[in-house]
Amino acid sequence: MNIVVLVKQVPDSGLARQLDAQLRVDRNGPNNVMGELDEYAVEAALQLKEAHGGEVTVLTLGPDQATETVRKTLAMGADKAVHISDEAAAGSDALATSKLLAAALGRLEWDLVIAGAESTDSGMGVMPHLLAARTGAAAATGARKIDVDGDTITVEHQRDNGYDVLTASLPAIVSVWDTINTPRYPSLKGIMAAKRKSVETLTAADLGVDPSEIGGDAAATEVLSATDRPERTAGQIVTDEGDGGRQLAAFLAAEKFI
Amino acid sequence: MADILVYVPESGKHAAEVLTLARSLGDVTAIAFDDQSTALASEYGAAKVYRVTADGVDDYFVEPKATILTDLARQAGPDAFLLPSTDEGKALAARLAVALDNGLLTDVTGLDAEGARQDIFAGATVTASKITKGFTLATVKAGATAAEPAPGEPAVEAVEVRVADADKRVRIAERVDEPAGDRPGLSEADVVVSGGRGVGSAEDFALIERVADALGGAVGASRAATDAGYYPHKFQVGQTGTTVSPQLYVAAGISGAIQHRAGMQTSKVIVAVNKDADAPIFGMADFGVVGDLFEVLPQVLEEAEKRK
Ligand SMILES: Cc1cc2nc3c(=O)[nH]c(=O)nc-3n(C[C@H](O)[C@H](O)[C@H](O)COP(=O)(O)OP(=O)(O)OC[C@H]3O[C@@H](n4cnc5c(N)ncnc54)[C@H](O)[C@@H]3O)c2cc1C
Ligand SMILES: Cc1cc2nc3c(=O)[nH]c(=O)nc-3n(C[C@H](O)[C@H](O)[C@H](O)COP(=O)(O)OP(=O)(O)OC[C@H]3O[C@@H](n4cnc5c(N)ncnc54)[C@H](O)[C@@H]3O)c2cc1C
Repeated sequence: MNIVVLVKQVPDSGLARQLDAQLRVDRNGPNNVMGELDEYAVEAALQLKEAHGGEVTVLTLGPDQATETVRKTLAMGADKAVHISDEAAAGSDALATSKLLAAALGRLEWDLVIAGAESTDSGMGVMPHLLAARTGAAAATGARKIDVDGDTITVEHQRDNGYDVLTASLPAIVSVWDTINTPRYPSLKGIMAAKRKSVETLTAADLGVDPSEIGGDAAATEVLSATDRPERTAGQIVTDEGDGGRQLAAFLAAEKFI
Repeated sequence: MADILVYVPESGKHAAEVLTLARSLGDVTAIAFDDQSTALASEYGAAKVYRVTADGVDDYFVEPKATILTDLARQAGPDAFLLPSTDEGKALAARLAVALDNGLLTDVTGLDAEGARQDIFAGATVTASKITKGFTLATVKAGATAAEPAPGEPAVEAVEVRVADADKRVRIAERVDEPAGDRPGLSEADVVVSGGRGVGSAEDFALIERVADALGGAVGASRAATDAGYYPHKFQVGQTGTTVSPQLYVAAGISGAIQHRAGMQTSKVIVAVNKDADAPIFGMADFGVVGDLFEVLPQVLEEAEKRK
C-alpha cells in the first residue's frame, strides 16, 4: 500500500507568532516546526507501512526552509519526499494550496493520503476535503483510529461526544487527531539514512499549474487588517492562607454563580 | 436586504448563534434536514426554511449533504452562506468552495458588512478578512455571538432529493455516542470546571466533578490530564479539544499553556486555582487563588452548600 503524508511547516504554536508587513505568517523566524498534528499523520503512515508494506512519500508545499521539516519525516522513516517550492505560491489561500497539492497527488501513485486534522498555524481543517473534492477520492477525516483490510479502510471519526465508524474503499484521504498514536522520535540511524533519501523539488509550472492561479494575487480571500488582541488583564489574585476557598466562594457569590 | 443561507444541524446553541449572527446581516434562509433544525430556525428568526428530505443522507459522510447544499446555493445565489465551525460544517464548506470555485473563511468570530473577524494564533491576533471571489462563505466559531431568539413563522419549502451513488463513497457504519451523563454538554454549558495535571489522578477528578455539580456546570480537562488518563479525551478543552466560551470557567491545577487558552479564553469570567503563583493562567484570571486545589475547592463546596 502506497501512502502519501501531507506535512506543513509552521511556526511553533507554543511560542509568540506574528504576521509580517504583508499580513502573512512570518515564516522566516528560527522557530519553525512540523505542524504538530502532522507528526501523528507521519506516525500513522509508518505504522500502516509496517503492517501492510508499501512506500511512504511525504508531500509538502512551503518555502525553501520547509526542507527541514521534510528531513525530519525522512528521519522518522518516510521513504521519499516531494517538496513544492515556488515564490509564486507565497500568500496562497486554501483553494490555491489545494490546487497545487492535488496536482502533485495526480503525479504520485497512492492508495491512501494521510494529513493532520488541522495545521497548527492557520488551523482551517479543510485541506483533506478540498483535496477529496479535487481528486474524487473518499475522505474519512478526523480519525482517532485507522484500520486497513484489503482495499477497505475503516476509520473512527472522533466527535465531541463519541465517534462514528466510517468505511470506504481505497483510494482514500484521511486526517488524524493527536489521539491516534504517539509519534516516534527520529533515531540517529534514521537521521543518517535520511541524508540518502530522495527529495524531489517541484514548481507550479512542473505541476502544470498556471502561476497566475496561485499566490497572494489569485487568493479568493484577503486579509484587510490585523491587530494584537488586548491581553486579558489579571483580576484579583489572592494567596491561600486558610481561607482562599472562602474568598473564592465570596467572589462566585458576588458574581451570582452560587 | 442581503440574502443569507445558513446550514442548521440539529445541535442547539452553536446553530442558534449562527442564525442570530446571520439575522444581523440580512434575510435568513435556513437549510434543515430534520424537524428539530426546522424548529430552531423558526425560533431564531429565519424568514424561510428549506426542509430537505433525502433518503439515506445520514448513512454517508459529508458528500450527500455537500451536494445538496451546493445545489441550494446555486439556486438561491446568496450574499453569504454561513455554517457552524464544526468538523462537519468545515468539511461541507470546503466542498462548497471547490464546487463553486468560491473563497472560504473558517472559524469566523464576527461578521458585518466590512468583513469577517478571525482570531488567529490561539487568539493572540485578531484579523479582519473578506472574500474577494464569490459570496461570503464562512464557518462561524462557537461563542462568536450570543444566541437571541426571534420567533417567527418562516415559509417552509420542502425539498426532496435522491442521494446520488457518487456521494456514497464513505459509509457511516456505526454511530457511538458516549453519553455525557446528567451534566450539561461541554460546548453548551454556562459553567465549565476544568482540572489539569495538578489534579493528580483519575480518582481525584471526583472533586472537580463535585465542584461542577455545585455550580451546575460541565467538567473539562487539560490535555495533560486527558493524556495521563485522569479524564476521558472528549472532555479536553483547547486547541485540539473543545472550544468553550461559558459565563464562568474554573481552571484547577492547570498551568494555562497557549493551546489550552485557545479553547477557553473567550469565557466571560475566568477563575484559577494553582499552587504556582507564576502560572500563566493567573495572567488571564478574573479571580485567582494561589494555593492547593485540595484545600481550596473543598472550602468552596462548603460555602456553596451554606449559601444554597
Ligand atoms: C492565520 C491564517 C488564517 C488563514 N485564513 C484563511 C482563510 O480563512 N481562508 C483561506 O482560504 N485561506 C486562509 N489562510 C491560508 C491557508 O491557511 C493556507 O493556504 C494553508 O496552506 C491551508 O490551510 P491550513 O493550513 O489551515 O490547512 P488545514 O486544512 O488546517 O490543514 C490540514 C492538513 O492539511 C495538510 N496541509 C495543509 N497545508 C499544507 C501544505 N502547505 N503542504 C502540505 N500539507 C498541507 C497538513 O497535513 C495539515 O495538517 C490563512 C492563513 C493563515 C496563516
Ligand atoms: C499540537 C498541540 C495541541 C495541544 N492541544 C491542547 C489542548 O487542546 N488542550 C490542552 O489543555 N493542552 C493542549 N496541548 C498541551 C499544552 O501545551 C500543555 O501541555 C497542557 O495544556 C498542560 O496541561 P496542564 O496545565 O494540566 O499541565 P501542566 O502544564 O503540567 O500544569 C499543571 C499545573 O498544576 C499546578 N498544580 C499541581 N498540583 C497542584 C495542586 N495540588 N493544586 C493546585 N495546582 C496544582 C501546577 O502548578 C501547574 O501549573 C497541546 C499541545 C500541542 C503541542
